[in-house]
Amino acid sequence: MTQTLAVLTMMLTVATPLVFAGLGEVITERSGVLNLGIEGTMYLGAFVGFLASGALHSAWWGILVAMLAGAAAGALMGLLTVTVGVNQHVAGIGTTLLLVAACNFVSRLKSSGGASEQVPKLSKLFGSTAVIGQYPLTYLALFVVAPVIWWVLRSTGMGLKLRAVGESPEAADAAGVSVPLTRYLALTVGGAFMGLGGAFLTVAMLGSFSLDIVSGRGWVCIALVIFGRWKVWPTVGGALLFGFAEGLEKQLAITTTFASVPNELWLALPYIVVVAALIIWGRGVRYPGAYLKAYKRA
Amino acid sequence: MTVSVDQGGGQPAEAAVPLVRLVGLTKTFGQLVACDHVSLDVKPGEVHALLGENGAGKSTLMRCLFGLAKPDDGWAEIAGKRVAISSPGDAIRAGLGMVTQEFSLVGPMTVTENVLLARSNWGPLDVAGGRQAVVAAAQRLGVEVDPDARVEDLSVGERQRVEILKALVGDCRLLILDEPTAVLTPQDSAALFTAVRRLVAQGMGVLLISHKLREVLDIANRISVLRHGRLTATVDLATEQVEPADLARLMVGAEALASPEFVEATGLDVIHPHQDGLFLKTEVDTGAHPVPVLAVKDLRVDGEARPLLQIDHLEVGSGEIVGVAGVSGNGQAELGAVLCAIKAPDAGTISLGGKDVTALGPAGRFEAGLGRILEDRKASIAPTLSVEHTLVLEDIEAFKRGPFLNRHRIRRHAHKAIERYAIKASPTDPVGTLSGGNMQKVLLARALSRRPRAIVASQPTRGLDVGACEFVHDQLKACAAGGAGVLLISEDLDEILLLADTIVVLYEGRIAATLARDDADMATLGLLMAGAQPEAATASAASAAPAAGAPSAAGEKEVPA
Ligand SMILES: Nc1ncnc2c1ncn2[C@@H]1O[C@H](COP(=O)(O)OP(=O)(O)OP(=O)(O)O)[C@@H](O)[C@H]1O
Ligand SMILES: [Mg+2]
Repeated sequence: MTQTLAVLTMMLTVATPLVFAGLGEVITERSGVLNLGIEGTMYLGAFVGFLASGALHSAWWGILVAMLAGAAAGALMGLLTVTVGVNQHVAGIGTTLLLVAACNFVSRLKSSGGASEQVPKLSKLFGSTAVIGQYPLTYLALFVVAPVIWWVLRSTGMGLKLRAVGESPEAADAAGVSVPLTRYLALTVGGAFMGLGGAFLTVAMLGSFSLDIVSGRGWVCIALVIFGRWKVWPTVGGALLFGFAEGLEKQLAITTTFASVPNELWLALPYIVVVAALIIWGRGVRYPGAYLKAYKRA
Repeated sequence: MTVSVDQGGGQPAEAAVPLVRLVGLTKTFGQLVACDHVSLDVKPGEVHALLGENGAGKSTLMRCLFGLAKPDDGWAEIAGKRVAISSPGDAIRAGLGMVTQEFSLVGPMTVTENVLLARSNWGPLDVAGGRQAVVAAAQRLGVEVDPDARVEDLSVGERQRVEILKALVGDCRLLILDEPTAVLTPQDSAALFTAVRRLVAQGMGVLLISHKLREVLDIANRISVLRHGRLTATVDLATEQVEPADLARLMVGAEALASPEFVEATGLDVIHPHQDGLFLKTEVDTGAHPVPVLAVKDLRVDGEARPLLQIDHLEVGSGEIVGVAGVSGNGQAELGAVLCAIKAPDAGTISLGGKDVTALGPAGRFEAGLGRILEDRKASIAPTLSVEHTLVLEDIEAFKRGPFLNRHRIRRHAHKAIERYAIKASPTDPVGTLSGGNMQKVLLARALSRRPRAIVASQPTRGLDVGACEFVHDQLKACAAGGAGVLLISEDLDEILLLADTIVVLYEGRIAATLARDDADMATLGLLMAGAQPEAATASAASAAPAAGAPSAAGEKEVPA
């Protein structure tokens, strides 16, 4: 029983950054831009959030600065893909490489070798009661951010324009919707959520920074979005599935029955689950009509 | 949320002030001057038609007016005031609405969502209000539309109505229609023009582009003609008498239509296949049983509820043109797609010249002698590929030297095709920048230069100007004369009656009737296309048109037997 509760507690915590970043990716991809800069943007968010939290002596300020940094990374993607018209795969991977390398560089400059310092971090609500004792950001993700994004995409003019741009930029343009503006907006807002997802790892969970902090969670989000068919709630569901797998892994790894299974295999489990889920449910999906397509008016 | 339906008729007295005036509009693409100092105006309550050959610059002019392209020079005046239109948003706010040549609708969205797209701000959507606005605009137009239908589920005719509704919701005073009837069945065209007349009666202005001279003469108040980007004439039909031939002359040039120079200049001659050795001479059997070059047996394409296509037997003989008629959405698209290897059938066999090709992809079928002209022109090209490469794309093996492309031969081939088919382009132009008519000529050249034995042509003249249409028709006839079999899928009954030896009518995916050309007329075909039984159709068509001279009116009027 306590083990089950521990798995569920873990699930919600682990899912939180994926919900933020995954929904950020949903927003950008719905506008027709695949943002492979997500891994780098989360990394940037984690690192900048950590620095700002330490410098400003407040976890919340750290989170805010991380979101701004994420938005800036989104704007960089906009510059590359919307304004210059670079291939989206190249721009995204380039952005990730650039951001990860830049953060590593600054990180090495600041702390030569030794263990990373501790900065102010968030504490769990409800005194760490099982399952419901979570960081405030977890509540924010599931009960505010997800419903609001769902509502905006579905029921506002902004969401309608965003979806139209992602399905058919020609049609959106002819209807008087500015394709570049909409895509920039999607990329910056989406980037802010990716930065927030990254900051959660350092500022909420650990209070410190390490070089392997993101460890492919951005790529997981890319898979989750396809798995979730660019819809908000299925993507959240995918994040919870990943969280569940990781919680399970942590629990099983410490039970004596499975002691002989190598640790590396346990660490790989959540990722294997995501790939399996993608293979089972992610086939034959209908991509947004203008996915990966640049648009320029004559 | 600012959805409002303008009831029109707000400007009765000031008819002298044009709704919109273009002044000296110029647009160039590199070396090409697409529009050259064009000035024209549209008055309230008027239909102003714009004519011109393929590539004359009609669409470009309208796109400049609507903010979809940026003019190099010149400006627009709205209600006498000079305005800067730099995006479609500006144009919409200035009271313009446009239905573009290729539709601009978001397929996976509903009709209401598409309409709201142009009218809503960033805040919460007023879906109920949008739905009401759609219904109100539909009433104003005199049509029925389901506001909650998804656009991609609608027929072409219905989509067009949605495009017009989208333009009308809000304060639209000038409606631009770019070749609205090119994709419509005769019935849908008639409905469209009824709607246009209603709008004009309410005080709106309409700018209409079309290649169909008769319908232009029928509906327009004034006609302007563009030639190579220049305005050559504006004719007021209230004061001047014009014939289609006069208009054709204005479009292609002052030199008389029938002169040898015209033939020279437009390339409207027929290639003589035997002399040119252009086509494979299959055994031309002039007897009663021509050799089938294309045969189809028990072909089926499944749909959600019922088969979209179910053909037990269909043959095209050598030297024969078989026309497939039908209202759009009755299986023609599926038939074309299946024969051209775009889509695999759910059952049945397809054979070319006696060889079963059902399992073969496009390349294998080309090898077996298929030439294809696909319905969706846009999908048949890679827009950034040059004209010369597009021309050899389906036949690339023949243009290789070792593992490399033989650039000289490709270039020579392109020059020959450009000359022979009078394509207005150079070999290195990206095909995507060609006008619709020239793009179609490139595709035709590609399909025919391989000397196919069986040709499947889907809507081959959709959107082409008179000259280009005639050219395509002549080419298809020449191919048949050279021994090829042609399956012509067309929604244009005139075209089918003109070319086909045998006519097959598709209704709900099945062959409703097979007629010899001599047994077919507009009235019979019209009834068959609407689902009448063959015997009933011939009987009622005969009784409706007892005088042999007036068959065309019979389809429209219900005369009890
Ligand atoms: N984006 C573009 N880039 C380069 N050239 C272009 C572009 N758009 C149009 N053109 C060229 O401008 C000319 C006019 O094209 P336009 O589409 O206006 O013709 P059109 O009169 O509408 O013909 P159609 O009847 O076939 O639709 C053509 O020669 C075309 O090749
Ligand atoms: Mg055009």
